[in-house]
Amino acid sequence: MIISVLLTLMALATVSIIVQRNLFSVVILFSIYSFLMATVLVALDAVDVGMTEASVGAGISTVLFLGVLYLTGAEEMKPLHRPFLPLAVALATGSALVYGSLGLPAFSDPQAPIHQHVAPRYIHDGPRETGVPNVVTAVLASYRGYDTLGEVTVVFTAGVGVIALMRARRRRRREEPK
Amino acid sequence: MKGYLVLRVIAKMMIAFMLLFALYVQFHGDFGPGGGFQAGVISAAAIILYGIIYGLPAARRVIPEWLVETMVAAGVLLYALVGVAGMVLGGNYLDYFVLDADPVHGQERGIFWVEAGVFITVSGVMLKIFYLFAGRARGEEEPGA
Repeated sequence: MIISVLLTLMALATVSIIVQRNLFSVVILFSIYSFLMATVLVALDAVDVGMTEASVGAGISTVLFLGVLYLTGAEEMKPLHRPFLPLAVALATGSALVYGSLGLPAFSDPQAPIHQHVAPRYIHDGPRETGVPNVVTAVLASYRGYDTLGEVTVVFTAGVGVIALMRARRRRRREEPK
Repeated sequence: MKGYLVLRVIAKMMIAFMLLFALYVQFHGDFGPGGGFQAGVISAAAIILYGIIYGLPAARRVIPEWLVETMVAAGVLLYALVGVAGMVLGGNYLDYFVLDADPVHGQERGIFWVEAGVFITVSGVMLKIFYLFAGRARGEEEPGA
């Protein structure tokens, strides 16, 4: 019930983001959307993911978007092309995804394959084997340690990429005038 | 925002609690929700708030640029070295069981250091990106450039 209300509000936020041309309002709506998403995740008992969504999606991204907004204008320009081709692509992809989701097992079905594979072992043996009561931490840091190492490498690579881009830009500007 | 007295005072009070909460999320991640990623973001957010209220130079004095850049790489390195430590002690890569005589303690030790690595890299990257964007905004005075 609460999830349906939240999802409706998220849909409303999405529509306002599309319609809205003032970028400051768009950033704030993004933040609202993220908070709603975080609340949905908490309602689904995924507290760890909800916390990440609230801190990254609603917190840091909003600050970064506002930082970018300070560099650019606050008003979105009128698009140069008619939006029909992108709209068609988006609709086709969206309907393909919806069609694909029809083949998924029912929501919170305990017989779904994902709950039958390794999850029972993690839940059953995780606390005994790792001594960590929070299954999410046990899976992330221990059972799926390789994946998390890859994830941290992705964050590292993203950071290095941003550093390289912004540095190069600054250096070029310093060389140009002289 | 140097003229806003209320903001300055409230922010100064909040930042201590934000950092404390980040540490709680980091070290209580074994028992409650949270872990290195969330704690890294929260601690970076505390410093970003400081930077927004007191200005970028003040934030750069608290967490200097070289430290942030070192953090970006040091976290991944720490994580990878935990894996190497497992190999040195006779296990597989990222095998925590061999890190201590008691396998369960070994797991806890491994998870602790791995989470510390995640924390260091994530907070470093978040802060670095903020510094870069905020620094550009300050350096660019001419309009339309």
